[in-house]
Amino acid sequence: MIRLEKRKQTSRFWTYVTPILAVVLTMIFGGVLFAILGKDPVLAIKTIFWDPVFGEFAFYYRPEVLKKAAPLILIAIGLSYGFKAGIWNIGAEGQYIIGAICAAGVALAFYPMEGRWFIFPLMIVAGVLGGMIWAMVPALLRVYFKTNEILVSLMLVYVADVLIKAFSIGLMRNPDGHGFPGSRNLNDYSSAANLELIAGTGLHWGVIAAMGVVVASYAILARHQFGFHVRLTGESPRAAGFAGVNANRLIMVCFLISGGLAGVAGMFEVSGPAAQILGSFPSAYGFTAIIVAFLGRLNPIGILLAGLLLALTYVGGGAAETAMNIPSATIQIFQGMLLFVLLSVDVLTNYRLRWAAKAGGV
Amino acid sequence: MDINPILLAAAIMVASTPILLAAIGELVVERAGVLNLGVEGMMITGAVVGFIAAHESESATLGFMGAALGGAAVSVIFGLLTQFLLTNQVATGLALTLFGVGLSALVGQGYDTTTQVTLSKMPIPVLSDIPVLGTVLFRHDTIVYLSLILVAAVFVFLTKTRAGMILRAVGENHEAAHALGYKVRRVRMMAIMFGGACAGLGGAYISLVRVPQWVDNITAGTGWIALAIVVFASWKPWRLLLGAYLFGGVTALQINIQAEGLDIPVEYLSMSPYIATILVLVVLSGGRAPGSLGKIFHASS
Amino acid sequence: MNRRTLLAAGATAAFAAALGAPLRANGKIKVGFIYVGPINDGGWTQHHHHSAKEMVEHFGDAVDFVYQENVPEGPDAERAITQMCLGGADIIFTTSFGFMDPTINVAKKFPNVKFEHATGYKQADNVSVYSARFYEGRAIQGTLAGRVTKTNKVGYIASVPIPEVVRGINSAFIHARKVNPDVEFKIVWIFEWLNPAKEADAAKALIEQGCDVVLQHTDSTAPHAAAKEAGGVYTFGQAADMAEYGPMPRISSIIDNWAPYYIARVQAALDGTWSSVNTWDGISTGMVGIGEISDAVPAEVKAEAEAMRDAIAAGEYHPFTGPINKQDGSVWLADGEIADDGALAGLNFYVEGITGNIPS
Repeated sequence: MIRLEKRKQTSRFWTYVTPILAVVLTMIFGGVLFAILGKDPVLAIKTIFWDPVFGEFAFYYRPEVLKKAAPLILIAIGLSYGFKAGIWNIGAEGQYIIGAICAAGVALAFYPMEGRWFIFPLMIVAGVLGGMIWAMVPALLRVYFKTNEILVSLMLVYVADVLIKAFSIGLMRNPDGHGFPGSRNLNDYSSAANLELIAGTGLHWGVIAAMGVVVASYAILARHQFGFHVRLTGESPRAAGFAGVNANRLIMVCFLISGGLAGVAGMFEVSGPAAQILGSFPSAYGFTAIIVAFLGRLNPIGILLAGLLLALTYVGGGAAETAMNIPSATIQIFQGMLLFVLLSVDVLTNYRLRWAAKAGGV
Repeated sequence: MDINPILLAAAIMVASTPILLAAIGELVVERAGVLNLGVEGMMITGAVVGFIAAHESESATLGFMGAALGGAAVSVIFGLLTQFLLTNQVATGLALTLFGVGLSALVGQGYDTTTQVTLSKMPIPVLSDIPVLGTVLFRHDTIVYLSLILVAAVFVFLTKTRAGMILRAVGENHEAAHALGYKVRRVRMMAIMFGGACAGLGGAYISLVRVPQWVDNITAGTGWIALAIVVFASWKPWRLLLGAYLFGGVTALQINIQAEGLDIPVEYLSMSPYIATILVLVVLSGGRAPGSLGKIFHASS
Repeated sequence: MNRRTLLAAGATAAFAAALGAPLRANGKIKVGFIYVGPINDGGWTQHHHHSAKEMVEHFGDAVDFVYQENVPEGPDAERAITQMCLGGADIIFTTSFGFMDPTINVAKKFPNVKFEHATGYKQADNVSVYSARFYEGRAIQGTLAGRVTKTNKVGYIASVPIPEVVRGINSAFIHARKVNPDVEFKIVWIFEWLNPAKEADAAKALIEQGCDVVLQHTDSTAPHAAAKEAGGVYTFGQAADMAEYGPMPRISSIIDNWAPYYIARVQAALDGTWSSVNTWDGISTGMVGIGEISDAVPAEVKAEAEAMRDAIAAGEYHPFTGPINKQDGSVWLADGEIADDGALAGLNFYVEGITGNIPS
């Protein structure tokens, strides 16, 4: 019988080894899955993980991975503060949508006026504020009414989803769109477009913001007092109280950060890759980012890597679908397995495996 | 007016059944202190397994049994990961949904068809002849009755039985429950599997009765609504009925208002249950979540 | 050319270099399809896929067939299309309206690849658009509905408020009224193309409100199952024949048949005669198929509907022929006037007699 024994400190060794172990395990499980379906497992894994980065067309796929990873990283970094402190904002998807709606609203209000110097920054502000306002609802309710923030933030995702679907056929519908749903294409509006800064690199403002946020977050968590408060609250709320941490203020700040970053991710997405407000705009980035945050162990560098890895499975998975005729369902299962394994192996970082003579008390 | 309130009420009962089934399962899971956000993944697994089982065996009963097993089977993945490998419940639940949606689409290939297997209505003698109430309540199929019985059974279980008390103790404070000698993980595993089975039944009700057809992603977010209703009900079984009928009712009403040609912007109406849920959460201070909800349990002793 | 110079040369040059010659030396052609739904959705995507496979069978070894299903509209679509181009596709069919801008964007980068976008309105030198005149089929359904209804209430499950769906509602209504002045339409929008649970709910609600005919512009068979259970309610297959629900409740259907078009376009690409066109075909070319009218319909009604089908096919009758007024009573088409394609393409109003508003 195997027992788990909690480590006094997380194992540095396993912190670095578990991700590699997870990837190897997933490849084994995934290989079996592909083999059962009659697909060459080695080729499938190579198509998903290797080709987008090092293959013939890496020049196209690498930027795509960056673009796909940017919103995931932005949102996950924002969530990581709250998650560390035991504050659960799982409604980032809603904040992301509202950020996009507000930013697009600004752009559409000024259309067709030229003036990128103020319209684009204003859209960023609107995106951040939109996300923050949406996040403040669960935060304020939690602070003043002790309402469970997990559930309120989740409910607001559905509301945001209804809003964007309604706006795409109503309020924000493109008047020149021949009656089809969807707003104007913001990529065609130079004052609002979030295009690649250097063609072919994938670097748009969202990618740059994501990188900046990773660096800033690393500094804050390592050096700033706020980072210390967050960690302390997560480990022991009572101790944090004695240390002078204002719990309510911390809740608000964590929600503001996560909401603002989710909102701005929505802004960069709607003005860039997505290009318009559309019913299909919500692409579950906000939910996927929760997984990214945990895969990255709530650590900025970890989140960066996890975001890139998940983006890679999307991009490479799509390539495998066409190149090898693998059903999209298989790619989804594969991603699900990857997540299960990545989450599972973390146990080795925090716990020691012990052989117990007798079954434990649990 | 062409809206017939009696038929509308009966329709709401039917439309709410999948949500109610999934929600009563999730309620037990959450009362045991586990937050499983993978309801959608378990429902869709139940939907496909139930459809295949019914289609192959030509028996609706076997279909529903298969669905319960299928839902419970995928919930075991969640249980093993969260209870034994101590993974984060929120992330694991989300991964379970991703996995379930993919899995169902894969095993459902080749079953993209309709089925002739039907679940016939079972009017309850005498009671079904009561005016109004008879039509609303007593002229349904067995699964509708089953969902109501389950709600009652869960209520009795949680409030009147020792096992239910242990389950609540585990959910409120797992450390204390453990200290008292209760087997926290065993209780939770059973709750999780019950939740999976109920979600599976709910999914199968969609693919076998409400539609009946297998199409990828047929549950289309019903699992998330079930999660919302558990909160709406403040983790109390009877309020679950209210929540399920509110959600089902708004959907049905929205359709009926349109059919009636009334000039009401129905797109916005569909978000009202979610806002109502938030209001209920705020107003009912009794809506306190189980103390250990979502927290990882590890017996250190 | 190494990767560094590729990057330096910028995207367009890189794509052109990666692409190579437009056609294989061996005369083989690679044909790609991008689908918005799963290939087994029973409706829209399934029929594109069926037609694509028919096309592949027609050409045999001359065609390399690749596809990607479940592609979300938006940035993922652009990547999926590009992936196909990089994979060496020569002609790509993008089969959903929402793929319009992504298709145009990718087409700019790959001038040697031919694109065919379904149901859009943006054309380019290497982008054709194609669509079907489903409203022609709706005229026949409307005629049948007006004749068979006893309650004079016809239900209509509408999907997404776009001109195609509005055209269908108008066409069905005009022809139902023509044969039955007392008929009324009850329209329910579900804002999705395929959501079996919502479609079932909508059908049940319509039936409970007294409709004994239910038309649908959504893809699942759920409304048929609901009608069958209720009994005495007539339905029509959508996209697929849905013959398994005949002879009752399903009494006819509109069948999407893209195969002749796909064969013609791939043939043109093989022959080197492909050029960008805007195709809007209907019953006459077979793009819109009318499923067998079942025996549940009285013989004289069936004959009437078939006569209309043949008249439309022969070009003798246009479903939108005046006099037709708009919902507010103002004149849209004068007596004998035929709606032009431009007006039909952007149709965003109900005709006189329909109650309720188009959601916006």
